[in-house]
Amino acid sequence: MTYPFEVVISSLPYVLGGAMVTIGIVVGAMALGLFIGIPLALIQVYGNRLIKYVADVYVWFFRGVPVLVLLFLFYFGLFSLIDLNITAFWAAVLVLGLRGGAYQSQIFRGSILSIPDGQLKAAEALGMTNWQGIVYIILPQAIRIALPGWSNEYSIVLKDSAIAFVLGTSEIMSRTHFVASRTYEQLPMYICAGCIYFVLTWIGVFFLRRFENKLKIPGYST
Amino acid sequence: MFLDVSFYLNQVIPALNKGLMVSLALIFPSATCGLIIGIIIGTMRAFGKGPIYGFATVYATIFRGTPLVVQLFILYFGLPNLGIYLSPYLAAVLGFTLCSGAYHSEYIRGALLSIKKGQILAAQALGFSTWSSLTNIILPQAMRRALPGCGNEIIYLIKYSSLAYIITCIELTGQGKIIASMTFRFSEVFLVVGFYYLVMVTIATWLLKKLEERFYVPGFGSR
Amino acid sequence: MSIENTEVLLKVEGISKSFGGKRILKDVSLSLNKGDLKVLIGPSGGGKSTLLQCINLLITPDKGKIFLNNRDVSFNKKKDVLALRQQIGMIFQDFNLFDHLTALDNVSIALRKVKKMSKKDAYIRAQMELERVGLGDKLHHYPAELSGGQKQRVSIARALAMDPLLLLLDEPTSALDPELISEVLTVIRELSNSGMTMLMATHQMGFVKSLAQEILFMENGRIIEHDTPENLLNKSKVRTRTQDFCSKLL
Repeated sequence: MTYPFEVVISSLPYVLGGAMVTIGIVVGAMALGLFIGIPLALIQVYGNRLIKYVADVYVWFFRGVPVLVLLFLFYFGLFSLIDLNITAFWAAVLVLGLRGGAYQSQIFRGSILSIPDGQLKAAEALGMTNWQGIVYIILPQAIRIALPGWSNEYSIVLKDSAIAFVLGTSEIMSRTHFVASRTYEQLPMYICAGCIYFVLTWIGVFFLRRFENKLKIPGYST
Repeated sequence: MFLDVSFYLNQVIPALNKGLMVSLALIFPSATCGLIIGIIIGTMRAFGKGPIYGFATVYATIFRGTPLVVQLFILYFGLPNLGIYLSPYLAAVLGFTLCSGAYHSEYIRGALLSIKKGQILAAQALGFSTWSSLTNIILPQAMRRALPGCGNEIIYLIKYSSLAYIITCIELTGQGKIIASMTFRFSEVFLVVGFYYLVMVTIATWLLKKLEERFYVPGFGSR
Repeated sequence: MSIENTEVLLKVEGISKSFGGKRILKDVSLSLNKGDLKVLIGPSGGGKSTLLQCINLLITPDKGKIFLNNRDVSFNKKKDVLALRQQIGMIFQDFNLFDHLTALDNVSIALRKVKKMSKKDAYIRAQMELERVGLGDKLHHYPAELSGGQKQRVSIARALAMDPLLLLLDEPTSALDPELISEVLTVIRELSNSGMTMLMATHQMGFVKSLAQEILFMENGRIIEHDTPENLLNKSKVRTRTQDFCSKLL
């Protein structure tokens, strides 16, 4: 075996340890994004003018500013401004989650709007409150419609999590970079990192697809 | 601290404007070349057979399945292992082009495949040649279908152009990082940097909307 | 005029509604006695749908009064509105079944969430209603797996499960293929025979002639003629607007 491959093989456990960190960032960010995205979507569809405007500005800001700039702005800037002392890992989760919320709100907003008006009307005709109609009738449908978009969002967040290495989070990218710059075997190391991301993308998509099938209902061709 | 006007006027704005020029010099060629590659790869994926289809599909899958950061690192830090040395600028443009081309190809392919067989049959029945039905019937329809997706991709490119900083191509974000690190005023500097991107993205979004309206035809939902 | 022997169940007085400056309903009044089946007919855009949706306050009228069982219903009190909707069943033209729920869940969800029944009781009741409309074998089918006629029967079961005092039916058969219409009309006919009070927009004239106590002819947001089917369609000396309209239907 030649030297480059020895480097890749011997550093693999270390780099794969970074994959666990990456998964942690992605899961945390997706969860936070969901937590922000669904209420934001509901506000954008059903909210009054003022609160809608606030939501629009939030979405505009987090969708318009690059991840890298957001990471610098929050980790080195705003977080220390409000005396929030958190590790690079949690900063990455927070920033990717806040930003993911903006993107996820667009997914859910679209799927809520795609549900015919008659559904809420029928719920109200049965005596449900507006809120009951949204919770029991609109959201269960909207979430099913949103799932493919959500899988796509997963693969975007996974890839964007690589940018978090600029904060020094010890995920895949920074561990790869560490090994590569010490062994001078950059090419094989970065290809190896690419392969890990590739595999993680497909594993995630595979599980989300299974989840989709589990929730599958006739009439929703997702 | 946010209201120190001379700090913005004398230090931040001039440096960021310099960086902005570099960013624009990254974005325009990458967007153009990316779109061209996207059209070629997308057409190969829609109509190609055998190895042509295989190559295009593998290309798109690899570039869409891995982070842009990894691709940039391979181009800038990896290729020297093979004796290929790219300047930071060239590596960045190449990375952006290859990556956005893969994403564009997805929309182009979808748009081409969405055109119903009957459209081509009808064109043939009227005596159109292959080339003429392509330019008169298929492309005008496919272009309208692909426009929102491809436009969005270019907007993504504007934002991801910030990653050039990571491979030491000092553009807008890079200039921001330099000033911020010198002055320790990260919040102010990066809010302004963010504002630069917001302006670029907002203008691009507005242009895309105008373009979609200009080419709007009933039945081709713009979104 | 029909004999007013029984109690008035629903009284609508002077309902008006405008949308964006356009007056859709102009001072509409009507009343339903217990057990009545009255029918709204008239050209589309005449305000039938809007009137029906105003009666159970899915659309809030600009003006007018609604009395249910002699109780003046407030349009603005949320509690009143929700209570009114529970007491009035609504059947939509395009069914509006909840697409993510099985037939059984469609019928039981309001029982559970609005009437706060236990899951078990709600299912028992829902199954009973579905059996009543002849769908006992389709309990676990999703809307996408049902024919139009079956969907409309599920939606009737859904409304009936709430024990409504009256049913509003907004062209319940107009979205159906011709061969599926009769299965829905049969259910409605049985309901009427069993004493259910109904106000129905429809153009099924055969059905109207044989069952309706009264025809209300609506045009341009007003009820311009109302009488028994016999008087409006056959006996009158002058040609009525209703006759005019109905002759074009066939």
